[in-house]
Amino acid sequence: MTVLNAVIFLPLVAFLFILVLPRENADAIRRFSLVASVAIFLVSLGLIAPFWFSNPGKFVLETDTPWISSPPIHYHVAIDGISLWLVILTTLLTPMCVLVSWRSIDKRVKEFFAFLLLLEFGLIGVFCALDFFLFYVFWEVSLVPMYFLIGIWGHDRRIYATVKFFLYTFTGSVLMLVGIIYLYNQAGTFDYPKILAGLQSGAINLAYPVQLLLFLAFFIAFAIKVPLFPVHTWLPDAHVEAPTAGSVMLASVMLKMGTYGLLRFCVPLFPAAARNCAGWIVTLAIIGIIYGALVAMVQPNMKKLVAYSSVSHLGFVVLGIFSFTQQGFDGAVYQMLNHGVSTGALFILVGFLYERRHSLEIAAYGGVATPAPHLSVVFMIAMLASIGLPMLNNFIGEYLVLQGAALVYFRWTAFAAVGVILSACYMLWLYQRVFFGRVSDDVRHHMPDLNFREYAIIVPLLLLMVWMGTFTQTFIPAISSSNALILGPIDARRDIHVRASPNPTTPEKELARAR
Amino acid sequence: MLANYLPTGDDYLRILPEMIMTVGGTLVLLIEPLVRQSKRTAYTLLSLGVFVAALVAAIEANTMPGLSFSNMLIVDGFATFFRVLVIGIGILSVLSATEYLRREHADSAEYYALLLFSVTGQCVMATANELIMVFIGLEISSIATYVLAGYLRDDKRNNEAALKYFLLGSFATAFLLYGIAWIYGTTGSTNLVSIHNFLLTPGSQRNVTLASVAAALMFVGFAFKVSAAPFQIWAPDVYQGSPAPVTLFMSAGPKAAAFAVFIRVFMTAFLPITNRWEPFVWSSALLTMVIGNFAALAQTNIKRMLAYSSIAHAGYVMVAIAAGSQIGIAAAMFYLAAYALMNIGAFAVVTYFSRQGEKFVNIQDMAGLGLKQPVTAALFAICLLSLIGVPLTAGFFGKFYIFKAALDSHLVWLSVLGLLNSAVAAYYYLRILVVMYMQEPGEAALSAPPMSPGIRMTLWASALGTLILGIFPSLLLNFAQSSSTLVK
Repeated sequence: MTVLNAVIFLPLVAFLFILVLPRENADAIRRFSLVASVAIFLVSLGLIAPFWFSNPGKFVLETDTPWISSPPIHYHVAIDGISLWLVILTTLLTPMCVLVSWRSIDKRVKEFFAFLLLLEFGLIGVFCALDFFLFYVFWEVSLVPMYFLIGIWGHDRRIYATVKFFLYTFTGSVLMLVGIIYLYNQAGTFDYPKILAGLQSGAINLAYPVQLLLFLAFFIAFAIKVPLFPVHTWLPDAHVEAPTAGSVMLASVMLKMGTYGLLRFCVPLFPAAARNCAGWIVTLAIIGIIYGALVAMVQPNMKKLVAYSSVSHLGFVVLGIFSFTQQGFDGAVYQMLNHGVSTGALFILVGFLYERRHSLEIAAYGGVATPAPHLSVVFMIAMLASIGLPMLNNFIGEYLVLQGAALVYFRWTAFAAVGVILSACYMLWLYQRVFFGRVSDDVRHHMPDLNFREYAIIVPLLLLMVWMGTFTQTFIPAISSSNALILGPIDARRDIHVRASPNPTTPEKELARAR
Repeated sequence: MLANYLPTGDDYLRILPEMIMTVGGTLVLLIEPLVRQSKRTAYTLLSLGVFVAALVAAIEANTMPGLSFSNMLIVDGFATFFRVLVIGIGILSVLSATEYLRREHADSAEYYALLLFSVTGQCVMATANELIMVFIGLEISSIATYVLAGYLRDDKRNNEAALKYFLLGSFATAFLLYGIAWIYGTTGSTNLVSIHNFLLTPGSQRNVTLASVAAALMFVGFAFKVSAAPFQIWAPDVYQGSPAPVTLFMSAGPKAAAFAVFIRVFMTAFLPITNRWEPFVWSSALLTMVIGNFAALAQTNIKRMLAYSSIAHAGYVMVAIAAGSQIGIAAAMFYLAAYALMNIGAFAVVTYFSRQGEKFVNIQDMAGLGLKQPVTAALFAICLLSLIGVPLTAGFFGKFYIFKAALDSHLVWLSVLGLLNSAVAAYYYLRILVVMYMQEPGEAALSAPPMSPGIRMTLWASALGTLILGIFPSLLLNFAQSSSTLVK
């Protein structure tokens, strides 16, 4: 029984416990969810222990026990530097989601918190599973609670949005299922490390066309989840219609399932196909960066604006991964975390505004800074982080991604950097329209400043933004060493290499420059 | 056969479940005059007792596997699996029917007797090693089911359903019989193993062609019974028109038994000519999935929608048969058990929810059930998620295993198209979830009466069974795998 198993299964235990709590006592359910999710977060901090003094890079806290005897499916979980922070991001955001929903969810409280914890279970599992079957199970399990969270507690067009969300993801994942089964039939195991070793040593030999098809089967499933342009259309709907907690979990963690899958499975398993497809994938990513930013600029709805900004930000992550450089990989993973923290914070803040004014339309606001100065300051920090201001988290991630891309093709960087400029445009303009200008009476009377609960939610996230923007050394070494292990074997295959980075520098050196 | 042939004790043991159920069914009919109006539960209890005894006998019979009655029937793992399955379906059908029959003032002994006879027929089908036995079993099962379909004889829809089912069913049976006659003419035998051996060395190309025609004719008969395309036309009308508990039974029991004989006949007798029938099963599987899923998208009546879903699920099982391997057989077995559980759960809710005269059978009537009856809705949701094929439910693992078998046999395109089909299917099951959880309670949910213990037990058993088989599939899968070797 490792700490990891506790972190995976505690949310499930909490979920089951909520099911037996009496429905009438909503406050008890709220309190229990908060205590449970905070406890899970604290336990999950124990995961850092193996990474404290050294950076193993490889998987630690491994558990591998048979689950289904035939076909041989194992409960195989472990974490490395990439999944470590994603798991902790999940456990960190869940208590915040509980707090965010404290008052705003007043109907069917029991189901809401139960689904939230079930979602946490699925998400953590996705980041730890090393058995393809298990991975698929968690992947789908996380889909169901999110479906209900959007569909029951969402806004007006919630049903359309949630069905769209479910069908998009489900369609992608059945293709992945075909890929998984096919891979099993070739390898005789669902175990990811074994399959990877087999493919790298040549024990499992896949013809290139097969490799390409398998790559695409996985890639489509992940690309829908990321979401990569042009399969991003479910995202704005789902985000806008979801309740605040749903938006936060969706943007901060669920989208990372896609990019995590790309980095963990797609790229290392099918390097040749990945490299050959890199051209058009990066093109799509850059289109996503610019298109997402442009569309965000003209949104009249705050949540939709933040949603499209996610499309733009996630484009950076995909760009980083498909640059096949150490910097690109590190930047991609760091950007996943950054996006989780800063976009999560933005969604939470938009949720605060919504609770006060009951509108998501930007036009319904204006001059909020006058009645609610604290809220405005907090919003500004989150916004600046999202733009990528130096000293705040997003800057590091974007910088590393752009540098990684520049090592391969400078043109990529040039185009992608436009996205950074555009992000400043739409964010600052949003800020201006919402917080400055003339104060209408409606705003003045319905805009109390932050209360204690809201402070408790947002301040940790702000601190984290600064921390991640200044003390990168806390996070990056673990990520880097794991990325190096993924990159190593791919880099070695120079024959299939499009264009290698001219002088691979060490991550430490890059970091020094980044700072 | 010898003129003075005397069955041995083992022979009797091997046919004991059928004997128990036949005697039990007759007994239920006989006690009817003796039971007072107010003591109607006696039928339920008696038929449950008979089913349980038959279940024990079926498991006991498996300790003595082998051929019986001059190779007419065979008890092996495969037969036992399906016997236990159909008897289990019988038990759940009895449990969920009592309340319904009382509601419709049709609580008489015939219902239980017919149910017992129908299951008897299905057990005969499961153990048949002879085309004649296949036919006899099919007829016992079918005739009882025809009557059940029109059980509420004053109801127009019941009459329509029964008549349609009977006419089309007889027609299909005629095809089957013609196929049997043809194969007898070609090979000189109706024994599955003899046919298999004959076809291994057919002598001439002409014999192969004749046997293939026979296989095609029998395929028509079986495809009708399992509601596989293009012989699925009857299913929606019959499923919609029959009383809800009968539909519950019909969509699980006769289907499972029909698949059992389908698999046994095609995977033993016609195994040597696999290359002849495989393309037909392949295309029928694809067609069945596509027709079932796309037609279900447009339905508003929940029974009709589940009928189309039942067609689609038959398509998945056909994929397993098209794989034509042992893994395929095991996958089909597992899937049929999983399907029986999740489908019975869904129909149990429909039975409970429809009220007298089946007033509330539209999907829209389910509105707000999740708010008014969270436990019922949650159990129903588990069954629906399993029908969609979400992991940790039996439906997912069944599907996974079927498509694994298909990919093993290099049916890549069939697998891809089949799995994409299951994404289409997600849409119409989700619609029920949407209505149930995301809409305000309507008239039907507000006036829902308390659930009868029988239906409650059925629902819990099927939902929990679905979950348990989804999380620990090995419990059933190991047995299915070890018994997927058919005697050839």
